[in-house]
Order: sequence, then structure tokens, then C-alpha cells
Amino acid sequence: MRRVEVMDAREIARALERMAAEVVERGGDEEQLYLIGVQTRGVPLARRLARLLAASTGREVPVGALDITLYRDDIGPWRPAHQQPVLRATNLPEAIDGRVVCLVDDVLYTGRTVRAALDTLMDYGRPRAIRLAVLVDRGHRELPIAADFVGRTVPSSRVEDVQVRLKETDGEEGVWIAREDGHER
Amino acid sequence: MSGERVTRLRGKDLLGIDPLSPGEIQLILDTAVEMREIAQRPIKKVPALRGKTVVNLFMEASTRTRFSFEMAEKRLSADSLSFAAASSSVSKGETLLDTALNLEAMQPDFLVIRHPHAGAPHRLAKVLRSSVINAGDGAHEHPTQALLDALTIRLRRGGLAGQVVAIVGDLQHSRVVRSNVLLLSRMGAKVRVAGPPSLIPVGMAALGCEVYTRMEDAIAGADVVMMLRIQLERQGRMNFPTVREYYDFFALTPERLKLARKDCLVMHPGPMNRGVEIDSRVADGPQSVILEQVTNGVAVRMAVLYLLAGGYGEPTAD
Amino acid sequence: MNRLLIRHGRVVDPAQRLDDGMDVLLVDGAVARLAERIEDSQAQVIDAAGLVVAPGFIDVHVHLREPGFEYKETVATGVAAAVAGGFTAVCCMPNTSPVNDSAAVTEFIAKRAAEAALARVYPIGAVSKGLSGEELAEIGEMVRAGAVAVSDDGKPVHNAYLMRRALEYTQLFGIPVIDHCEEPTLAARGVMHEGAVATRLGLAGIPAAAEEVMVARDVVLAELTGGRVHIAHISTRGALERVREAKARGLQVTCEATPHHLALLDQAVAESEFDPNTKMNPPLRSQEHVTALLDAVLDGTVDCLATDHAPHHADEKALEYDLAPFGVVGLETALPVTYDLLVRRHGLPLKSFVALWSTAPARLLNLPGGTLRPGSAADVTIFNPEARAVVNPERFRSLSRNTPFAGQRLRGWPVMTIVGGRVVWQRERR
Repeated sequence: MRRVEVMDAREIARALERMAAEVVERGGDEEQLYLIGVQTRGVPLARRLARLLAASTGREVPVGALDITLYRDDIGPWRPAHQQPVLRATNLPEAIDGRVVCLVDDVLYTGRTVRAALDTLMDYGRPRAIRLAVLVDRGHRELPIAADFVGRTVPSSRVEDVQVRLKETDGEEGVWIAREDGHER
Repeated sequence: MSGERVTRLRGKDLLGIDPLSPGEIQLILDTAVEMREIAQRPIKKVPALRGKTVVNLFMEASTRTRFSFEMAEKRLSADSLSFAAASSSVSKGETLLDTALNLEAMQPDFLVIRHPHAGAPHRLAKVLRSSVINAGDGAHEHPTQALLDALTIRLRRGGLAGQVVAIVGDLQHSRVVRSNVLLLSRMGAKVRVAGPPSLIPVGMAALGCEVYTRMEDAIAGADVVMMLRIQLERQGRMNFPTVREYYDFFALTPERLKLARKDCLVMHPGPMNRGVEIDSRVADGPQSVILEQVTNGVAVRMAVLYLLAGGYGEPTAD
Repeated sequence: MNRLLIRHGRVVDPAQRLDDGMDVLLVDGAVARLAERIEDSQAQVIDAAGLVVAPGFIDVHVHLREPGFEYKETVATGVAAAVAGGFTAVCCMPNTSPVNDSAAVTEFIAKRAAEAALARVYPIGAVSKGLSGEELAEIGEMVRAGAVAVSDDGKPVHNAYLMRRALEYTQLFGIPVIDHCEEPTLAARGVMHEGAVATRLGLAGIPAAAEEVMVARDVVLAELTGGRVHIAHISTRGALERVREAKARGLQVTCEATPHHLALLDQAVAESEFDPNTKMNPPLRSQEHVTALLDAVLDGTVDCLATDHAPHHADEKALEYDLAPFGVVGLETALPVTYDLLVRRHGLPLKSFVALWSTAPARLLNLPGGTLRPGSAADVTIFNPEARAVVNPERFRSLSRNTPFAGQRLRGWPVMTIVGGRVVWQRERR
């Protein structure tokens, strides 16, 4: 396995600052805004965005955590026998009805995770709107899903793995492209 | 406890606590914690087991465990069918094996089975492709009960290690005590069991507990007291004289409860015999977590179903 | 062929204190001669090089199930299983339907055995009519018809008064009372040995005390009456101690042990995950008892081995552990299980091994055979102490397959069985 760094800590920080600015710009809905991070790495990213928004607008934006495992399309029959993915916590401190929910995730790839997140959210209530903020968009969409706020577009090939690593979850900070040895670009 | 985090259960069945490692027990409890949250949602349903069929084969009378499983199954969007069949197989016609094979021909994904004879789920698990979940086999095990009891203690106390748990009642005939002793001792709790000497099975201590014949000695300073239902229907008068005598010596009364630690948890697997093994003042009192056990029961059963589900593909290294 | 010459084998005959390389000549159904080297141009020659040649093995405790339970086993299939296991004779228990409590049933069984013309069958008659434990059966009539002992096995003779009278009455015929020692109220509804394993498995237990209490009673009654009692399938430390004491005091108390009680522990129930092929009565015991039993076999307290061959149909053994009937087959695994365990692993001398299966059973029940002394019946068991094979129940000659030894790799297998000078079975060459 070889990996190549495509974003370092500073670039991540700058991308998040820019995304926060775009959120404010798109804004007018700040009072209704509700950031919900998709487990696992979307959660610390959502918290960072919330802090940036609070710093620039003076307003506290609520942050929630959403585990979408139970709504994934690849559990059950399409999965190897008896090997379910681990469940993580869902914690929504406020109701989502009538709010503008901004889902936050680390990587947007096929779009299936976002589809699952949308279905999960729908069972919690009826938001006024749902937006999507991702740190990295790596292309190769399999569903008609697009992000509203993107930190960086990172073209990748299917045999590669785009790895976002954050201090809070991984102890290191950066975005890498990794590929198995033998798959040369 | 092992350091490595377990992310899946070995095998296709849940037949008892005995085969589970501490890591697997931890995984089930962690998953159950997340499952509890679903009951708080406006829509108490997730599609995780959509299209899966679960057959509840209850060969022994039970309303609450069956209901609990049914609720768990429906909350996961599984299709749930319940059979309450006559208990004794041979005299009533079809053998247990035949009943199960016939059911399997209809391709259920899960068979949840409660049976009056120990080992019945194990024999079935060997021949059926479905995942078999033991909802109680004779006096042997009742794994989901022990798991929900452990979850209840963990949520109230933050963990199981070091907790002193006293379990009191008819130990000879109780599958609940066997599963609980195995689980709690495996997770680092200290278990004391007590009951009339004529109802203490040989070699009980080898399961991982201290054995007492005086209830007061077992509950002194305990963090948790768990009362077992005295099996009136199975109670041969040669093992124990009367209900009145049982109450006098082995019931959890407010006076006896004072011997435990001040905010000791009071637990009972249900259904209770009020005024026999437990006084109503205690059952309904502030220390009772009996109803939490019921809530946690649904979550634990959801966790077990979720973790055992999956396709029919060969398990791969993740 | 009425002349059979068995050559180059190792002849082990404890009755003649023989353990040597010898040739054996059988003529017209009897042992004619033993010598270091025999020539006989007219005889059919059997090359027994590398093999042990012993007086025919006798199993004093089998259930042939006929009349009444032919779906489990018949006399014909039972004796076929016996010769395939190296046995030239068996004694069959009376818990058939109708019970063997009369000369008529005894004669019927003997007739069936004669028709099958394989192993010899010596019936054991009932102690009580219908096995009900209330009235003595017509013991004398049964003895006249060929019965060699009486027993109420699978049940105990639980009425002490009846046991006393039986021990007295049988002295008229010179036969022992064989008792299945189990105090029924202590055993209650137990299905396996009462101990830590049963507790862990949530199965009701049969305490060792149930056997010991009954053995103690029988020893007292043997002393009171001067009669002969033979303890069937002894399995507990306490019972063995009482038998040892009784023998030391000169009482006519004998006992037998089964291969499964020597080879398996109660732990097997857990390891097999509640497989009813581990269920029998008396049950598999814990280490303490199995060790005591082994010691008792090695020190001679146990007089002989016997299988308690108890066939049951596969459907019956496919029931829940609590509901499945007690019993396992044993004829076709007895020799390898006991040879492997006692001779190979525990150093029991080969002579003692042969005595346990042949010399002693014959003497105990006063049966012809148990020796290759010239003039005795030409019943011979030939086995290969080095043969290795895996127990495969599908290849059993018995109608039933309920064995706890399926899949076990064992060393020491029978290769030929000769009854009355006829080769009635030999191992197929593969």
C-alpha cells in the first residue's frame, strides 16, 4: 500500500474556512441551520464548521451526529454472512422539523452513503431543506447526488482509496490517496 | 477482557452465553445501546432487516419474551411470525426436528426458539441453515435475558466490572441464573447466588459465583439484587414446602433490601410473583429497574438480530 | 469345511496360562490340538501371522430387542453385529415385548438365534413377571429352556424383599441375579451424571449415590442370603469400593464394566452439544469415577467387560436430550475401544484383556467356551492389534447406529470370528 498526500492540515483548515464562508453567503437561513455530521468523520468536521460559523456570525449552530448504518443498501443480503458493520451513536440534540439541515461528511464518492443519510433523516422528521457539505469530492457518482459545499475536488480512480484523517478520530491530519502496490497510475 | 475490539459475532447462532467471548458480549451491549435510541424516534423503525423473515417458535408458555422479540423484529422491519406449539413433541405428533425442518422449507432467516428441554436449540442449529436464537431452553440458558440484565446494570452503573450482584431464588431450575452467572463473571462482576439448599445444583460455584444458603449473606452490601421467579408450576413439594415459608426466608422485603448498598438496584426477569419472592413495596419502589429491563430487552434483541443478520455469502476478512 | 488350521498366530488363553506363538487345529466344531507347528493337508488354512488368536469373546450384556422391538434390532441383526465385533456369544436381556419371563419366550429367542447361525445366544430371563418387580418369574422353567441368569435390566429390582427372595431362589439353579443398580427415586428424572457439567448444561442429574445405595443394598442381601449377585454396568467409585469390600469378605458379588464408561466422561455431553448418543443409563461419569473404574479394571475388582449394547432407532435418538431413550450400541466398537484404552494406553497385559472378554464371562455364567483347551468348542476370536480404522456407524451390521464413538480413530480391530469351527465373519479386504 502506498499513499500520497494531497491535502495537509493547513489546506484542510483553509478549505473548511472557505466552506464556512460559503455557508454564510448562501445564508439568510442561519437561524434554521442545523449541522449534522455523518458518522464517523463527518461528526468532528461538523463540529469544526460549527465553530467557524459561530466565530464569524456570533451565532451558535446546533450540531448532531447521525449513524446511517441501518439504512445502508449494502447490509443484509448483499453483505457477507453475519458480518454486519459496527453501529455507532446517533445523537440529535434538537428536532429537525422545519430546519435547514446541512449534512456533513468527509468524502463524497458514489453517493450511496448520502442516500442512506437522507432516508435516515426522513424517519426523524421533516426538515425544510437538506444541504450537503463534504471535505472531499472524489467523483464516480452512482446516484444522482451532488454536494452544495465542497472543500476540494480530488479526481481519483476506482482502484484508489481516498483517506481523510482527522486529529479527533485518527490522531493525524491530512488527506491521502492510497493504492495497492501494483496499481500504478 | 481482551484488548482487541470485536466487530462481529462468530457463528450464525446465539445459543447461549457460554460460547461468547467478553469481546462479543461487549459488542452486543454496545450495539444495544444504539438500538435503544430507535425507540425514541418519531418513526420507531429502521429498514435494517427489511425482507428478512423471523419465525418465533415458542414451545413453552411465554408472553413477554415473545412480545419483546416480536417488537424487536418489527422495529428492524423484519417480517415476524409466531408459533406457539405444544411442548412435548413425541406425544403430540410431530417432532421438534420435523417442525423446524418444515419451517425451514419456507426459508426463514431466523428461528427464535424457546423450548422446555435443554439443548433443543443446539440440535436444531446443527441441522438448520437459519440463524437460531435461544430464547430459553429448559434450565440451561436464556442468553438475551442475561444480556438485557447486563445492559440495565451497565446503563445505571457505567459498567459491569467490580459490581457485586446477588441472585436469589430457585437456582436448580433457573436458566436465568446460569446465563447471568456466566455473563457477569466473564465481564468482571462478582456474583453471589443464594437459595434454599435443596434447590442448589451441584457444582454451581464452578460457573463463576459464590454460593450462599442464607439470602441475607448474599445481599449484604450488594450493588444489584436480582430476584428469580420461584417456579410454582414446577415446584415439587419435595424440594420446598410452601409459598409462605419461601416468603419468610427468601423474599426480597424492604427490610432485607436495607442490607444491600443504599441505592442498590432491584431486578427481576419477570413475570413477578408479588408477595412470594418479592414484596410489592420493593417491586414498585424507587430502586426497582424492572421496567427498564423490559425496555432494554427490546434493544438487546434488536442488537442480536442485527449482528447475526447478513447474507448467505461466505464470511470474508473485512 | 470341518477342518480349520489357524497358523502363526499369537495364542492367548488365560485358562491354560498360554500366551505364545502357536498353531490351532479345529476339527468338527471343536478344538483338536494346539502346538507350536501343525501340519494338516486336509485343513483350510488361516494365516494369523501378526494377529492375536483368543478363545471366542463373550458379551454378557446385550439387548437384542426381539421379540417386540424389531425396528431397533432383531436377534439376526444383533448376532451379525456381534460376530462383526469379534464376539462368538452374547447373553441377551429380557426387556423385550413380551418380556422374557417364560420358557416360551426363552425358546423363541433361542430358535431365532439357531436360525441366524452366527453367534451363540444365551438368554437372561426376567427376575419378575413382566419386569413389574412384584412377583417372581418362572425362573426354573426358563433355566430349563436355556436361560443362564436372571435380571430385570433396564430396571433395578427395586423391591428389597423381592431381591432377597430372588437371591435365595436362584441358588437352586446355580445362577446369579444380575442387577441394574439404580435407586429410582434418587435418580428421579435425571438424564446425565449429576455434577458440574449437568449443572452447566441445565440437565437434571442422576447422582452417583443412586447406584451406590443400590449396590450397598445388594451386598447386604448377598451376605444375608448367600446368593450370587452380579452388578451390571458398574460406574461409580462408591459402588466399586463396596464391591471390593464385599469380595474381601468372601461374598459372591461380581461386577462388569462397559467400554463407554471407561472411555468417556460426562463432559462428552457438553462437547457433543447435547447429542443423545451420549445418553445412557448409568450415565457417563465424571473423572473421579472413571479413574476409579479404570483402577478397578486394572486391579481385578471388575470381573469382566460387557457392552450393554442397546440399539435405538435414529428417529428416537433424534429427539431432545430429555426425551431420547437411554442406551448406545456397543458390539461393533467394544474390542477396539477397550483394546486401545486398556492395553495400548494403560498397559493392561494382553492376557488380562482376553480374560476380561472371554475367560471371565464364561466362568461367571458357567458358559461353554472361554478357553481353547482341546475338546472345547471351536469358538475363536482373531484380532489385529495393529489395525487402525475410524468408527463408521454407516457400516454397522446392527440395525441401529446410536454410538458415541462415531468418527473416532482406534487401534486394535477384530479380523475373523469363528463359531463352532465355522468362519462366521471376517473383515473385508479393501
